[in-house]
Amino acid sequence: MPVWSLWPWSFSIPWLENVHVRQSLKRDDAVINRLTDHKDDASPGLELEALRACASRLRGRIISLSHARKAPHLGSCLSCVDILVAAYWTALDINPACPDDPKRDRFILSKGHAALALYCTLAERGILDEELLNTFNTSGTKLPEHPAAGGIPGIEAATGSLGHGLPIGVGLALGARIRQEGFRTVVVLSDGECNEGSVWEAALMAAAQGLDRLTAVVDYNKWQATGRSNEVLGLAPLAEKWRSFGWNTIELDGHDMAALKSGFAEAENRNGKPTVLIAHTIKGKGVSFMEDDNNWHYRIPTADEVKSACIELGLS
Amino acid sequence: MRNAFADEVTKIAGGRSELVLLSGDIGNRLFDNYKEKHKDRFYNCGVAEANMIGVAAGLSLQGLRPIAYTITPFITSRCLEQIRIDLCYHNLPSLIVGTGSGLSYGGLGPTHHSLEDIALLRAMPNMTVLCPADSQELRALLRAALDHPGPVYMRIGKKGEPQIHQTVPAVQIGRGLTLREGDDVCLISTGNALSLVLDTATELERVGIGVTVVQLHTVKPLDDALLQTVFSRHKVIASVEEHGLIGGLGGALAEWAADHGPFGSRLLRFGTPDRFPEAIGGQSYLRSAFGLTTDSIAARILGVVSRPIE
Repeated sequence: MPVWSLWPWSFSIPWLENVHVRQSLKRDDAVINRLTDHKDDASPGLELEALRACASRLRGRIISLSHARKAPHLGSCLSCVDILVAAYWTALDINPACPDDPKRDRFILSKGHAALALYCTLAERGILDEELLNTFNTSGTKLPEHPAAGGIPGIEAATGSLGHGLPIGVGLALGARIRQEGFRTVVVLSDGECNEGSVWEAALMAAAQGLDRLTAVVDYNKWQATGRSNEVLGLAPLAEKWRSFGWNTIELDGHDMAALKSGFAEAENRNGKPTVLIAHTIKGKGVSFMEDDNNWHYRIPTADEVKSACIELGLS
Repeated sequence: MRNAFADEVTKIAGGRSELVLLSGDIGNRLFDNYKEKHKDRFYNCGVAEANMIGVAAGLSLQGLRPIAYTITPFITSRCLEQIRIDLCYHNLPSLIVGTGSGLSYGGLGPTHHSLEDIALLRAMPNMTVLCPADSQELRALLRAALDHPGPVYMRIGKKGEPQIHQTVPAVQIGRGLTLREGDDVCLISTGNALSLVLDTATELERVGIGVTVVQLHTVKPLDDALLQTVFSRHKVIASVEEHGLIGGLGGALAEWAADHGPFGSRLLRFGTPDRFPEAIGGQSYLRSAFGLTTDSIAARILGVVSRPIE
């Protein structure tokens, strides 16, 4: 029995139950199982539909947990959900039964403040234990608001201070080449994170070393903590910056599952350059009253807002 | 010391395929021999130290053993957060080597001095701090550091340091070396202060003071057993280091004595004061300006032991 099929039924958060999320979770199990086990077999239309449904479920869980555990950064979580789903179900080769296999693909959420989105994704993918997820942001947890070190399945690096993930990713990709390992490294950054000089140091070295097994994704939601990311610092034109740093640069809609899937596939072109996906996203994506409203960088949803959000997401 | 480092690391890399040397765009020609033998395990990371530490972490995460090498302030204070999180928090086997430590680059000015690095690195959980006295001690400590199961910082000099050890000494991380034994005063040195300390000991012995000389090449973790003996046996203990008085060897010893005492002994600390030098010069000029000379150290110690100066 796949680990996947174990999860929703042992998981209990009152808010999830109240908004009838759990019933809707069952629906796409069969399709997702097929995607997970035999990625290429599912028909493209069915696959994309299942992935979108998976993303909606994840948004429901994230919003509910944000409320239940008083965890901020909801807008940042929701903007990268589709990226996470495309990565974990279409791009990364990770066996949930053996998440520390040395040959596994590596994924680093460099925008560590969206840890809740990663935790929920890992649980949904069967990599992270549901009971562990249930401890999120409680006293004594190993799953704090930013990913911690210490051997949590699926957490390759502790992040939260911005600008650390890409240099570590460069080290992983370089090491893979030294050891002649075939694994791929994917690092997801925020646009605000591109304020950090270390991001650009890493970009320069990845290009110099021709690390074409390294893929960066910038979750370009146009906001950082306290302002528009194109105004706080001169971020635009972001794609041109990466291109001029020697990276294959693909601009896409970061909520378009087909575009993300083909973007991750295209990044595997092995042309001697690292690839960045500039994923245009909307902060708070999926919930009308959260979308592009930067108050949701820190706001915690009320019980009523959780209900409204889940209804919008088609989870009731 | 840097030539000994390049020589020794080249030798070690021959037998250890997991070793990867990262340089922050320094050491022109220094690593030619290494690069010739192990060209797929040398990377010039450019003038980008924060990234270099992150890269070291990524290498170590998959079982490689990175050594990150550049001028001391740039690989310590410049990228301290990367050291704290990427290497220390993950507790990754790795080695940071800072060259030209203390006042070695005296004439290059305070941008290139490092008088805070021991304090900064010592404060990081999981970090081990090593300060070899000369090239022989460096060779021994380098081998020990590359077998250590966590992050290590090694503070080395530049070139032309006095050779103290005639051969490569047997060392163990966390165990000090006792070079002389006497009953009155114990001089404790770390790093390149050892020759100054030995000269000071000779000066004190000349006037009838019994002196023990201890080289604590490991500032973290401290050698508890040795310090228990030293603090119990001597009336005066003096630390000497080419590093600031805040948080260096002397600071570490004061903390240690507070935690393990009470002792009937007096601790004197010799190092650089809490200010940048106003006038710049070479290493010996700056040592004199900061009172790090045999005469000034011996005079203060003699004043405390209250022995007549003959």
